[in-house]
Amino acid sequence: MNQTTVTESNVNPQLLKKRKAGSGKAGFYLRQLKKSPSGMAGFVIILIVLFLGIFGSWVAPYDPNLAELSKKLLPPMSEGHLLGTDQLGRDILSRLIHGTSVSLIIGSCAVVVAGAVGTTLGVIAGYFRGWVDTIIMRLVDVVLSFPFILLVLVINAVIGTGLKNIILSLAIAGWVIYARVVRSEVLALREKEFIVSCVATGVPRWEIILKHIVPNLFTPIIVLSSLQIATYIIAEASISFLGFGVQPPQPAWGNMLSEGKDYIFSAWWLITFPGIAIVVTALGVNLFGDWLRDVLDPELKGN
Amino acid sequence: MLPEPLLEIKQLKKYYEIKKGWFQPMQQVRAVDDVTFTVYKGETFGLVGESGCGKSTTGRAILRLQEHTSGEIRFAGRDISGLPYTEMRQLRRKMQMVFQDPYASLNPKKTILQILTEPLRVHGLYAPEERVQKAIEMLEIVGLSEYHLHSYPHEFSGGQRQRIGIARAVILQPELIIADEPVSALDVSIQSQVINLLLQLQRDFHLTYIFISHDLGVVRHMTDRVGVMYLGKLVEQAKTEELFRSPKHPYTRALLSAVPIRHPDEKKERVVLKGDVPSPLNPPEGCHFHPRCPDCMQICKTEKPPVVEVGDHVVACHLYATENR
Repeated sequence: MNQTTVTESNVNPQLLKKRKAGSGKAGFYLRQLKKSPSGMAGFVIILIVLFLGIFGSWVAPYDPNLAELSKKLLPPMSEGHLLGTDQLGRDILSRLIHGTSVSLIIGSCAVVVAGAVGTTLGVIAGYFRGWVDTIIMRLVDVVLSFPFILLVLVINAVIGTGLKNIILSLAIAGWVIYARVVRSEVLALREKEFIVSCVATGVPRWEIILKHIVPNLFTPIIVLSSLQIATYIIAEASISFLGFGVQPPQPAWGNMLSEGKDYIFSAWWLITFPGIAIVVTALGVNLFGDWLRDVLDPELKGN
Repeated sequence: MLPEPLLEIKQLKKYYEIKKGWFQPMQQVRAVDDVTFTVYKGETFGLVGESGCGKSTTGRAILRLQEHTSGEIRFAGRDISGLPYTEMRQLRRKMQMVFQDPYASLNPKKTILQILTEPLRVHGLYAPEERVQKAIEMLEIVGLSEYHLHSYPHEFSGGQRQRIGIARAVILQPELIIADEPVSALDVSIQSQVINLLLQLQRDFHLTYIFISHDLGVVRHMTDRVGVMYLGKLVEQAKTEELFRSPKHPYTRALLSAVPIRHPDEKKERVVLKGDVPSPLNPPEGCHFHPRCPDCMQICKTEKPPVVEVGDHVVACHLYATENR
């Protein structure tokens, strides 16, 4: 890519703007990805999870709610049931695949909502300081004084179960982390000389925030999101496990764990596979987030 | 022809309040305390002093990058000390800054093209294609080339970055540039290049500089007039040659005597100051300089020194007050 840059800039600098968009950037990220085994692993896991989440109903061998009591508690590798069946004779693989979309939707939507709200409030608090900062941060303190899972559970119990409400309760309990991290980043950033130099140049305030501060927040936000998405997937599993959240018979990794826990000593596969699914997804998202953080730092681009 | 004042600073003060605890009284740090000076069009005004004396704070307060406590800042006859952000923004086209640390003053996520065209864009100057052209012109003026347009700041050396910082300040064709220790982060060999660039730009674009530095050699070379600061106060100002030839204030004398001699045979009287700079949290009574002053008198310990004109110098010292002479 460097080669093309050199020749382009010799021809016409205006043409070079194209470098920003288009295939060049995607190609660059793909090449970076190939260099990082852990990033690649995370990327592949995310792709698989995404694929299963979107096309799950076509991929799954059985209807996830088809109960065949005659075939209950079949161990893995049984005929026709790769991962075995549960106490009602439902195919575990099919239920896992169907549960993927639930975890994915909840995890990603909750991160987007919590991230958007938390980042906005964090930027406002950090940039404008004063009483706005005080109000926002005291609110954050209040929310943070409750244990995360407990708060999610309480909110969920109040506003009711269902996909939308789970996302909402995760976001209500989760935005504070973003607000805190973002605020402290903004506090540090606004004193940096390159932000002060924007003020000196005469850049409008909103532009300083949107064009100079927010882009420098991407790295911490992405890293945080990769951790949070995993947290939310696990939190959804936890509250579904506790009987809130996703209601049976709709399959979700959490309520599969919950239903399987009674058979923990007799049929290990009921809880092992949903557990592995949760761990692998969380791991994949984390690995990918780590890689993304490295790549988004332009100072590393030369290497 | 009388020189035309471009910037008049009157009784500029910047106090920081420090909270010690809930029940303790607030403490004040007088970073800039009652500073008054005038900068004329086309000249270079130097601000010198040791670290922590308030010279950078003065520079930033003038550009309203830090809110000052009180005082008047007149730019081209207009008091800008109370202007709101948006109005101040318009004026910034005329007054720019070059920062000390070329590693910190450029946004690491922006290309040189973005950094250089931003000032033009936010002030609505030129069409987008012309801005690119201007950026290229400016890069060439500061000794870089079009080739660097799409690089990021980290791909440059300190000297090159400082050139970019200077290009960003000059591209708006301002009248005043405040250069806050623009060369002190650079190697000596690069320093002279950057200084020559600043001088060349001053000639080409008729710039007025406020040059903040602790390097007396550089200040002597660069500036037309100098103000010497000590603990937030301007203790002496004079024409550069005049100040270096016959410093009046005891602090200036001590400061100048610390400049290394240029030839081993050169004989020079060295004034060594006792003690350290007192804490600005708790400055001495009377003249701030009296505990270290070799010519300290009784009055210095109790009363603030008056500001008096001695020849071409403006000095804040009891030694030159008429009643003491």
